[in-house]
Amino acid sequence: MAAVQGGLADTNEEKDIKTEPSSDGFGNNNANDGRVLSTSPGSSASDQQTLLAVLQFLRKNKLTESVEILRREAGLPEDSPELKGSDSSGAGSGGAAGSGDKEGGDASSLLSRTSSVTAAGEDQPDVNVVLSAYNQQGDPPLYQVYYSGLKKFIESVLDCHRAELSQLFYPLFVHMYLELVYNNHESEAKAFFEKFSGDQECYYEDDLRVLSSLSKREHMRGNETLMDFRTSKFVLRISRDSYQLLKRHLQERQNNQIWNIIQEHLYIDIFDGMPRSKGQIDAMSGSLAGEGKREANKAKVYYGLLKEPEIELPLDDEDEEAENEEGKPKKKKPKKDSMGSKSKKQDPNAPSQTRIPLPELKDSDKLDKIMYMKEATKRIRLGPDNLPSICFYSFLNAYQGLTAVDFTDDSSLIAGGFADSTVRVWSVTPKKLRKVKSAADLNLIDKESDDVLERIMDEKTASESKILYGHSGPVYGISFSPDRNYLLSSSEDGTVRLWSLQTFTCLVGYKGHNYPVWDTHFSPHGYYFVSGGHDRVARLWATDHYQPLRMFSGHLADVTCTRFHPNSNYVATGSSDRTIRLWDVLNGNCVRIFTGHKGPIHALAFSPNGKFLASGATDGRVLLWDIGHGLMIGELKGHTDTIYSLRFSRDGEILASGSMDNTVRLWDAMKAFDDLETDDFTAATGHVHLQDNSQELLLGTYMSKSTPVIHLHFTRRNLLLATGAYNP
Amino acid sequence: MAEERRQKQCSVSLPTESMKAMAESVGVGQLQEESCAALSEEVSYRIKEIAQDALKFMRHGKRRKLTTNDIDNALKLKNVEPLYGFQSQEFIPFRFASGGGRELYFYEEKEVDLSDIINTPLPRVPLDVSLKAHWLSIEGVQPSIPENPPPAPKEQQKVESTEPLKVVKPGQEEEGTIQGKSQGATPADGKGKDKGLIRLKPRSTHELSVEQQLYYKEITEACVGSCEAKRAEALQSIATDPGLYQMLPRFSTFISEGVRVNVVQNNLALLIYLMRMVKALMDNPTLYLEKYLHELIPAVVTCIVSKQLCLRPDVDNHWALRDFAARLMAQSCKTFSTTTNNIQSRITKTFTKSWLDDKTQWTTRYGCIAGLAELGPDVIKTLILPRLTVEGARIKAVMEGPVVSNIDKIGADHVQSLLLKHCASVIAKIRPQPDNMEQYRTDYGYLGPMLCSHVMKARTQAALQAQQVNRTTLTITQPRPTLTVSQSGLSGSAGSRTPSIIKVPSSLTLMTPRPGTPSQPSPPATKYIVMATSAGASSTQQVITLSSSQSASPVTSTVPSATSTLQPLVKLESGSGPGLTSSRPMQKYIVVSLPSSASSSLETKSSVLPTSISTTPLEAAMKLDRSESPGASTQSPH
Repeated sequence: MAAVQGGLADTNEEKDIKTEPSSDGFGNNNANDGRVLSTSPGSSASDQQTLLAVLQFLRKNKLTESVEILRREAGLPEDSPELKGSDSSGAGSGGAAGSGDKEGGDASSLLSRTSSVTAAGEDQPDVNVVLSAYNQQGDPPLYQVYYSGLKKFIESVLDCHRAELSQLFYPLFVHMYLELVYNNHESEAKAFFEKFSGDQECYYEDDLRVLSSLSKREHMRGNETLMDFRTSKFVLRISRDSYQLLKRHLQERQNNQIWNIIQEHLYIDIFDGMPRSKGQIDAMSGSLAGEGKREANKAKVYYGLLKEPEIELPLDDEDEEAENEEGKPKKKKPKKDSMGSKSKKQDPNAPSQTRIPLPELKDSDKLDKIMYMKEATKRIRLGPDNLPSICFYSFLNAYQGLTAVDFTDDSSLIAGGFADSTVRVWSVTPKKLRKVKSAADLNLIDKESDDVLERIMDEKTASESKILYGHSGPVYGISFSPDRNYLLSSSEDGTVRLWSLQTFTCLVGYKGHNYPVWDTHFSPHGYYFVSGGHDRVARLWATDHYQPLRMFSGHLADVTCTRFHPNSNYVATGSSDRTIRLWDVLNGNCVRIFTGHKGPIHALAFSPNGKFLASGATDGRVLLWDIGHGLMIGELKGHTDTIYSLRFSRDGEILASGSMDNTVRLWDAMKAFDDLETDDFTAATGHVHLQDNSQELLLGTYMSKSTPVIHLHFTRRNLLLATGAYNP
Repeated sequence: MAEERRQKQCSVSLPTESMKAMAESVGVGQLQEESCAALSEEVSYRIKEIAQDALKFMRHGKRRKLTTNDIDNALKLKNVEPLYGFQSQEFIPFRFASGGGRELYFYEEKEVDLSDIINTPLPRVPLDVSLKAHWLSIEGVQPSIPENPPPAPKEQQKVESTEPLKVVKPGQEEEGTIQGKSQGATPADGKGKDKGLIRLKPRSTHELSVEQQLYYKEITEACVGSCEAKRAEALQSIATDPGLYQMLPRFSTFISEGVRVNVVQNNLALLIYLMRMVKALMDNPTLYLEKYLHELIPAVVTCIVSKQLCLRPDVDNHWALRDFAARLMAQSCKTFSTTTNNIQSRITKTFTKSWLDDKTQWTTRYGCIAGLAELGPDVIKTLILPRLTVEGARIKAVMEGPVVSNIDKIGADHVQSLLLKHCASVIAKIRPQPDNMEQYRTDYGYLGPMLCSHVMKARTQAALQAQQVNRTTLTITQPRPTLTVSQSGLSGSAGSRTPSIIKVPSSLTLMTPRPGTPSQPSPPATKYIVMATSAGASSTQQVITLSSSQSASPVTSTVPSATSTLQPLVKLESGSGPGLTSSRPMQKYIVVSLPSSASSSLETKSSVLPTSISTTPLEAAMKLDRSESPGASTQSPH
């Protein structure tokens, strides 16, 4: 690895923290220290640096009390010379932090760049510092010469190196353009853009569009995309040979302008071995900030499933008594089998049972588990020759207002979020939805009776659907709790709301995201949930805390979708920066960065065994990832529009994808994962060879009349449910 | 191309004039040019920024259309007050105004009287959101129910039938069929990689579900049954239902067989019903009929030119059926004729050939002329007008000569009025005024004077219409497309005329093989050689021959020789492709021939339409054959 980077850039990165809206950010930061979960022991050096940065920030904003408290909690010395907050010393500490950053990987991402989203026009004190790196003056007309010189060079090198070095074009183009703009060479910038923008890869088109509208120095203030380019180093993976070639060329030509940019704004991840082919590079590139660093994907991920909790026999008997209409021996046997097989082989890749504290199972949960296992025995085994039936639930008269849908795990309820701020819940079984009686009525109930649970329900309120009012903006994300008692909804109004499905009222409004919350998802074990929104941060919450437990920051653009790993220890987030990140719930670290999508990611799905992740984006492609190795292992092409929903069948044989192009497609997931070549070389370098076998893997395409498919769900017996709003 | 687009992206910004206009609208008078330029750049940048954010809201709203709400939300994101009052789901109409050398686009805001709003009755409450479930797929197969889109969209049907086909060499069959099978299993793929394997068209099995069988039974019964209301419903269903693709081969066979049998029986009513079915099939926008033209066109042509279509030719109005079928023919020519299948030119040749024949009967003559005339004014001009003199002489001979038979006279009469009807409008267009009776007589012979009066009538009518058109142009200030007189000929065929003189048969004899000779000796004979396309075991190959009036005896083996009758032959002839072994399914050629009387036997069949109706049906026919046992197709027609 040749980390060619200077301290100055990292200073700015640290500075960027300060754009967090002050009071709120402060509260969150405190919450971040994790009262509920224990913090990780590792990476203390970088934590130290982070704390220093936080202290500096607090001091600057005259929050002296907080400074005191934080210092006491962290056990820091009274005054360290670094903290005397002028700009120059700030640069020093930032530099130190930067070096820490390098050591600890993404440890500091816990706090870095929590938000650079600020309202337009609001003046940022730091923006000049951020931009000042562009201050170096080259001769503006020469930029074109430099760039075309490099272009000529790259076009003339050997084929095997050309593809790799071509990666340089885009970041160089962007930075040279920004430098021109920053230094007020508007016409030169325009000419530069016009001349070379056509050369860039087509998947950068969206970014180029943003860039093209940026033509004045004033525009650079508050432009998020620009900030992203500036604050994060564009990561390139280049083989050592190619890098040497480039270096020699630049030194020969004395092409300092380009060399400076490479030094300061790019992170070149050098590897030994064969240069990669164009196809390999294209498969991985496309994200806002280049590929993920190789180190970023090195951390160990415990992707195995947790051991199923043993349901004790005495409890079991009680359950059986409770529902004695079932034949006892019949019921017990299959359950025993499945329990036995699961408990015997403890997955070596599974996290320890107590890695994160999980809620105790309640009696009702155990009942549900038993139901689940009973259903599982009746499950249809799917495969290429045995495709699932698909039941399509169309929302009629939704007037284009349906924005989110979720099913309960047992497929008994559907919830829909609508653009008119409402959340509606339907029962799809004959069992109607009933509210709990009012407090006064509840008092009259005989609490000792056997059917007390039945008696507390108010028959008069029975209906097929219920409407939940409370949000003040379109509801973009919705998620049922596993025990079907709660419903989460996230909305444009910046809140996540927790609804009770017993009383059909709002219980909590979780405020923290100040901007639209695009998605939310309950942990498969309940209690925790994750949300992500326009503020580029994904937050981990517990239902009984009104402040987040963890903040996962690192994405360079909106967090568009969030998903819990089946073992609840990890969270996957997809973003409009075209990357997918996997976060460790325990310590908040980013443990995987997956790049390769060419558009904002709108759908994520973990395979039931926890080993694989599937992602779908606006580019209409589904990508498959191996979590353990941190590799892309498949690409499924076929959809022609944004993929809004992905789901694995209960046994993981089939992947279903639903898209805006009105189709549900079924893919042979087993085959996709089996074909995987897992030689050591691939695993070590992360260079994937993807065959284009989408057509072989595609098992079926089912077109609806005019209904975009926005949610998919496999029932416990492997019937596929699809939903969407009919769009006449 | 991409570069071009990007350059546009780069340079797009609001014109400075807009800035000025906006400044004036808020009361700022003299805005300097520089400030305008600066403002416009800034505003353009901000607008682009907001549009980009609004896109995010659109994506998360799971929509394809950007709404004003998205823009409001994007503004909110930037801490800008949203624009109230633009709550519109649909587009906002901007109006254009110009004056004083300036152009403006503006959003029209009407002043609305409050009392009007209060006093108008409340609009209907929009329906509440509801859930509806249906089966998108049952174990991997999409059921054809109204909730699902039609199983095979027209484009796909077309692709299927026109997909290039490669001959599989013997020995590679096994491989080929496997490949074909696997393709059938993955329906999505149309242009997968070849991989060196020889591709085979997927063998399509036309298995109908029980529901479809029931539907087929009901529809066909209703179409030819006695209840007119039911028939209308059935025809409506055929013309509109999207899921008929699977049943199309059945329908097409039903029609062609039906015509075959009923022409023999001279059952005019049933023939009319069957033609209405053809019409309905053609009207259905979801069907790709090309594959079945080889069955449909012969049936239609038979209904146009057959020598006899009804039991009592002197009374029954079989002319209407001929007209209707001719219109159908013209319609199918218009829609299906391509440079490869040449339907129109082949049909034209067929009609002309039998018309030119002296011995053709009046009924057939009428059909040929009608068929040609419906093809349009150009065909009339080039093919019919030059023949008017000859035809006139012929009519004269019948009308004024010694009485031959009443039937001939009626026929001649109809031909005459048909010619007058179609030719007058065309002549009116191409012939300069004035219309001179004598001139017409020299030009067109016997029909001249009558034509002249018809042409004059047509002219006055056209003038009248033109006047009306002119008047309307003045009032609605929008020129309408010109009305041509000749339109009347082509635009017809809307709805079918069912002659009421025919009584509806109560029993249905369709599809029943009729072996041997029919029992009606009196009418002029027509001969049909039909080889039914059913499964090999129950092959119903047969020759149905009606005795011709001259020979008066059943002929079962060959085509009767040298009669003056016209013999529409609907024949399905089988033959093996070159290099194919007998184990391969046979290709089937369909020959519709109208042999002239001079030529005698089988050779004539190929003289008119030598190869087949078209290349497309050929392929389709082959495809159909695949599912059948080869035995059926290897038998010779005689």
